[in-house]
Amino acid sequence: MLLITCPWCGPRAESEFSCGGEAHIVRPKDPDALSDAEWADYVFYRTNTKGDHAEQWVHTYGCRRWFNVIRNTVTYEIKAVYKPGETPAGGEA
Amino acid sequence: MKFSIFSIARNAMSYHENWQAHWRNPEPKSEYEVIIIGGGGHGLATAYYLAKECGVRSIAVLERNRIGGGNSCRNTTIVRSNYLWDEAANLFEKSMQLWEGLSQDINYNVMFSQRGVLNLCHTLQDMRDAARRVNANRLNGIDALLLDAQQVKALEPLIDISPSARYPIVGATFQPRGGNARHDGVAWGFARAADSRGVDIIQNCEVTGIRIENGMVIGVDTSRGFIKGKKVGMVAAGHSGVVAAMAGLRLPVESHPLQALVSEPLKPCINTVVMSNAVHGYISQSDKGDLVIGAGIDQYCGYGQRGSYNVIEGTLSPIVELFPSLSRVRMNRQWGGIVDVTPDACPIVGTTPVKNLFINCGWGTGGFKATPGSGWVFAHTIAKGEPHPLAAPFALDRHISGALIDEHGASAVAH
Amino acid sequence: MSAQAKRLDRGGRIDRATPVNFTFNGKTYQGCAGDTVASALLANGVHLLARSWKYHRPRGVIAAGAEEPNALLQLETGAYAVPNARATQIELYEDLKASSVNAWPSVEFDAMAINGWFARMIPAGFYYKTFMWPKSFWTKHYEHYIRKAAGFGVAPVDHDPNRYEKTNAHCDVLVVGAGPAGLAAALAAGRSGARVILADEQAEMGGSLLASTQTIDGQPAAEWVSAALAELATLPEVRVLPRATVYGYLDHNFLTIAERLNDHLPLRARSANRERLWRVRAKRVVLATGAHERPLVFGNNDLPGVMLAGAVSTYTNRYAVRLGDKAVVFTNNDSAYQSALDLHAAGVNVVAVVDPRSNPQGELPLAARAAGIRIIDASVVTEARGGKRISGVQVMGLTANGEVGGSAQALDCDLLAISGGWSPVIHLSSQSCAKAIWSDEKACFLPGKPVQAEVSVGACAGEFTLNAALAGGLAAGAQAAQLADFETGVPATPEVRDPLEQPMLALWRVPSPAKPGRGSKAFIDFQNDVGVSDIRLAAREGYQSIEHTKRYTALGFGTDQGKLGNINGMAVLAEALAQTLPETGTTTFRPNYTPVTFGTIAGRDLGELFDPIRKTALHGWHVEHGAKFEDVGQWKRPWYYPRPGEDMHAAVNRECLAARNGVALMDASTLGKVDIQGEDAAEFLNLIYTNAWKKLGIGMARYGLMLKEDGMIFDDGVTVRLAENHFVMTTTTGGAARVMTWLERWLQTEWPHMKVRLTSVTDHWATIAVVGPKSREVVSRVCPDIDFSKEAFPFMALREGTAAGVAARVVRISFSGELSYEINVNANAARQVWDAVMAAGAEFDITPYGTETMHVLRAEKGFIIVGQDTDGSVTPQDCGMGWAIKKTGDFIGRRSFSRPDTARSDRKQLVGLLTSDPNVVLPEGAQLVKNPNAPIPNPMEGHVSSSYWSANCGRSIAMALVKDGFKRMGETLHAPLGDGRVVSATICKPVFIDPEGAHQNV
Repeated sequence: MLLITCPWCGPRAESEFSCGGEAHIVRPKDPDALSDAEWADYVFYRTNTKGDHAEQWVHTYGCRRWFNVIRNTVTYEIKAVYKPGETPAGGEA
Repeated sequence: MKFSIFSIARNAMSYHENWQAHWRNPEPKSEYEVIIIGGGGHGLATAYYLAKECGVRSIAVLERNRIGGGNSCRNTTIVRSNYLWDEAANLFEKSMQLWEGLSQDINYNVMFSQRGVLNLCHTLQDMRDAARRVNANRLNGIDALLLDAQQVKALEPLIDISPSARYPIVGATFQPRGGNARHDGVAWGFARAADSRGVDIIQNCEVTGIRIENGMVIGVDTSRGFIKGKKVGMVAAGHSGVVAAMAGLRLPVESHPLQALVSEPLKPCINTVVMSNAVHGYISQSDKGDLVIGAGIDQYCGYGQRGSYNVIEGTLSPIVELFPSLSRVRMNRQWGGIVDVTPDACPIVGTTPVKNLFINCGWGTGGFKATPGSGWVFAHTIAKGEPHPLAAPFALDRHISGALIDEHGASAVAH
Repeated sequence: MSAQAKRLDRGGRIDRATPVNFTFNGKTYQGCAGDTVASALLANGVHLLARSWKYHRPRGVIAAGAEEPNALLQLETGAYAVPNARATQIELYEDLKASSVNAWPSVEFDAMAINGWFARMIPAGFYYKTFMWPKSFWTKHYEHYIRKAAGFGVAPVDHDPNRYEKTNAHCDVLVVGAGPAGLAAALAAGRSGARVILADEQAEMGGSLLASTQTIDGQPAAEWVSAALAELATLPEVRVLPRATVYGYLDHNFLTIAERLNDHLPLRARSANRERLWRVRAKRVVLATGAHERPLVFGNNDLPGVMLAGAVSTYTNRYAVRLGDKAVVFTNNDSAYQSALDLHAAGVNVVAVVDPRSNPQGELPLAARAAGIRIIDASVVTEARGGKRISGVQVMGLTANGEVGGSAQALDCDLLAISGGWSPVIHLSSQSCAKAIWSDEKACFLPGKPVQAEVSVGACAGEFTLNAALAGGLAAGAQAAQLADFETGVPATPEVRDPLEQPMLALWRVPSPAKPGRGSKAFIDFQNDVGVSDIRLAAREGYQSIEHTKRYTALGFGTDQGKLGNINGMAVLAEALAQTLPETGTTTFRPNYTPVTFGTIAGRDLGELFDPIRKTALHGWHVEHGAKFEDVGQWKRPWYYPRPGEDMHAAVNRECLAARNGVALMDASTLGKVDIQGEDAAEFLNLIYTNAWKKLGIGMARYGLMLKEDGMIFDDGVTVRLAENHFVMTTTTGGAARVMTWLERWLQTEWPHMKVRLTSVTDHWATIAVVGPKSREVVSRVCPDIDFSKEAFPFMALREGTAAGVAARVVRISFSGELSYEINVNANAARQVWDAVMAAGAEFDITPYGTETMHVLRAEKGFIIVGQDTDGSVTPQDCGMGWAIKKTGDFIGRRSFSRPDTARSDRKQLVGLLTSDPNVVLPEGAQLVKNPNAPIPNPMEGHVSSSYWSANCGRSIAMALVKDGFKRMGETLHAPLGDGRVVSATICKPVFIDPEGAHQNV
């Protein structure tokens, strides 16, 4: 079970959190301007990185706030945790 | 050498020294008609049916590690075809029919055991969904029964059907033809059968790139050099996205850990395969006596073939809740696989934007049961260059058109 | 035989003053407190404990701990039964009852031993090659027989009377194993003030020191153990956990420990919790898990009386058991000479030590020689003989090229102690993702470079001397504390003298004088009956990856997970493939280290605690009034309220009629409620819902549909506007939590600029729906300060006032089509208000109703239930709810409408159905076809999503999703049912009562 550091509450067990999947997928400003394929890319397609992966988590059984995590999907090591709108320390999101 | 009781007897006379390898370990040739990336059950089945049914003469299966070493050997071996939607039901029923003659067809006993699959219902809505699915199954020619709690108890004497349970069992669907099989044996049996038809199974050969010219695939780079291929099929569950990315493709797929566990071996005590979607647990007993128990997927993406412990805990409490007397049985071992999760819990089988490059992925937590059917439709898809009719609804571009086949939204448990 | 006839007269750590009676296979024996079942049986001269899995060969105890593969017993019967209990780990208690498994009629005379005669016909993987004809025979016949033959213990049938608990713990240093290295590490870390947990699987801490004859600082080793434990007991931050197996090392330094709390007590003395699962998050971990001795592989090496040399010393020194009268020791290393000396000291006749090395000159061999023990050097045991107990061995010389040669000599013995060297217990290190490293010098796998915050010390790190264990443990303990930010130094290592040893001679398989495949079976995995020939067969047949070999032969698949056999198996495979051991590699080490009770892992999350039960503030009233309940999500909702003599049908009919003809009330408190405030609240709702919200008047309510981005219906409900920037949303009962999460996610991650705050207020408010033509009169009496006139309080309006003197929000909305009001009050006042409504309605015979009536009433009006009439593949348009979609402006899911498949006009659409026979109620879930007599597969046109008897209509009604349904009004479809009936029904609009909406327009 992962140990995740909530940016507001500190380190907590994974069972307090929910994973929201890939981070930094921005909802298109003007969906009508997109082709069906572009819209599908936003709704369904994912990068599914093997390696360092930016993902969203929410502290469901805590402060209920969402934040971003850079986690290696092979080693499961958490490299960075940062709030929405921030960039991770020492790297790009 | 054909396997039978007589071949065993004959070989026993020579102290089993004359058995031949079940498959060769050939050096890769410079060129093949069809290259299959991925030596799991699905890839090996594809190669077998390509050779047997489609008359393709020159086929290679490239496996980066050992054959049958991924989800083929990590699943809970459940076979059923009682899916809700026509598209899924037809595909999985094709697979079921292949299972029913598989051991004889490939001359390798995969121990397909039609002991029946129970899907338990705990609420009124569960029963509505169950009835809907059972009725649909019957009209699709798939065996299906709707049982009440007493009938469930008659099949599984250890199950607790008391109405005072937190989520009492109110009934179940039952597919008598469903059951389980020996997972390793399926990959090995297909490998042996494919090999005997001339398929080159090349282990320890990692594909590192997919070469494309003018929008058409021409071969693959591997850890053992470039191999030309007129057609290439990607069947690399767990790493589907990694392989597809070599061809510049993005997929509507995420790779998640899926965990399972077994108990110590016991004398027979669970007769069927029991699945409960509502309380998230499923269990059967292997021929060796282990209780084989599957969990739900872990919530995060992961390629580590391991997951988090709260998932194991959240799997065993439903099992003990359903089977209170198993509380004192002990868990021997746990492990994890990597499953492709798609938006509609249905696979992706078909063509890709790259000519002569084909994809077969996204089987989620339910790929094992599909092994022969997946190989069958994918072989025909590759051979003809267009989707097999049973595979057509599972095209990659359904995510663009919106023609999703929502199996998890629609009651059928997604295992 | 007299009681404990094989108990040595002195020595051991057993409590001779406390005899313990127990039963094995129906016969009563006596042991001592401090015994295991294995040591007690051995003390009574019982060596035959089990039969093997496949060949049903006689098997005895080979080891003294967790690695034991043979001695699996069925412990106790009935509700207290434990299948596959390991005799070497069961602590003896009064009246213990155990029996052999996998043997019929008895372990002494096992009919299935006939399999041994057929051994040649059933080599590894034989089942893949046969049982295929006739095709239908597998499941019914062949498999049935195989299943009955397989498996060991029997699962209990009765419910487990015990309870299990869980504890979460955080510590600075977790030390695993309380042998010399672990105790030293715990001392060094504990002295720093760090929070230390020291866990050991045994009842008594001390590990190998409990059977050791070595001294530490001039004292017997066991005294050093006592002193160490005494000191640890004085350190307030140190927790010592005996009977606690660390069985899993998971990500982020999360480890799991199974602590057995009362399995060592007589059944009658057991109370409270049986086991406790420790879920530990450790800053640092020190692994001091020791080493397992390897068996040597030769013919019939599985006979009872063949035991690991270390186990021989343990039973002799720690349990004071006389294991035999005439012993042979067969070893490729010096350590087993200690066992020869231990046996000799205990008065056992040590016939010889057989050693493949030439002229061993280590300190221990010299001591053995000095004690008069014969050493047969440069020789090996090629075969053991005997039936149910070893009776002798055959010894042959070993030539320089590794073959056996010369003449064989036979030695009689009833005990053979074997040692093939030691394998570090790297299970936990490997589980933590460190990749094991092969050491040629030590001929074993060593723990790999740590990936997590851990270190291995002592024998599990390949440091086999006591001095190295103590020094390594002290250093690792101190360093772990330092890394956890405690200041401390490394204590001085106590004085220990280890005997000087000579290198071992790796011997993975004793060369057989017989031709390959002939001769007696040489076992590698005892529990799964895997022999050398099986592994060679696997290699020959192409199963050359160690994982393939393992799976083809079942090597390492037992409850011992190959603790003894795997390494020998790998070596035999490596030899067969002419490659090195590291090239062959290891199989993956996975949890559990040893098996763990399901109940321990399930813990208290069972029964009522399996999932929280949510009850409304009015639950007590419902119970008092005989309600039947339905599970909806975690909620218990009243389903219907039968009066005496009524069945569900009668009760629901009565409730339905009351709601449309008089007045009825329902507890609607379970609907999810979200308080939404902020200046962007309306804009937020505009994006979340499919319709427009900015112009909604204050004090007014509106129905909303919520979609996912794929355009499919996700949830629905009514939202009221309390003020310009203040709304209260209701959600479905089951969807409340996921809607809340969904809203928060959009706000926090996508639209953080929006000034909106969300609060779940589901449990704050109780909601009482008062429904029916008489509802206005009832609520007027309950809420005297609210004007309920049609003009003053229109449909879809909200009024604030008091109900029964309690502040209330009353909304005029309707899920039934009748005049209807929902009174929302603080949940604490719910009963008071409910009682007032009941009193006010008494003269109209006000009728409480449950979810079933609610479903019927809404179906009569064609209102959908999300999750029943929709299933994740249904758009608003499919439900005929295009009216709820705004014409301009974006919202979540809108773009998906124009995708080709979603824009089709012939999708499955929600319609009504009227059965041809009005008295027949279609079963929900029925599938509809054009021609019920068409051959299978018969194409389906749709399915029945809701179906009821409508007392108000005097007939059955149904809703269905039908392909192109909107254009098929009047068409008759047929539902073939499971019982052979076919019900025909005609498609209609899904409104069965009051299509003009006159009922609520009053």
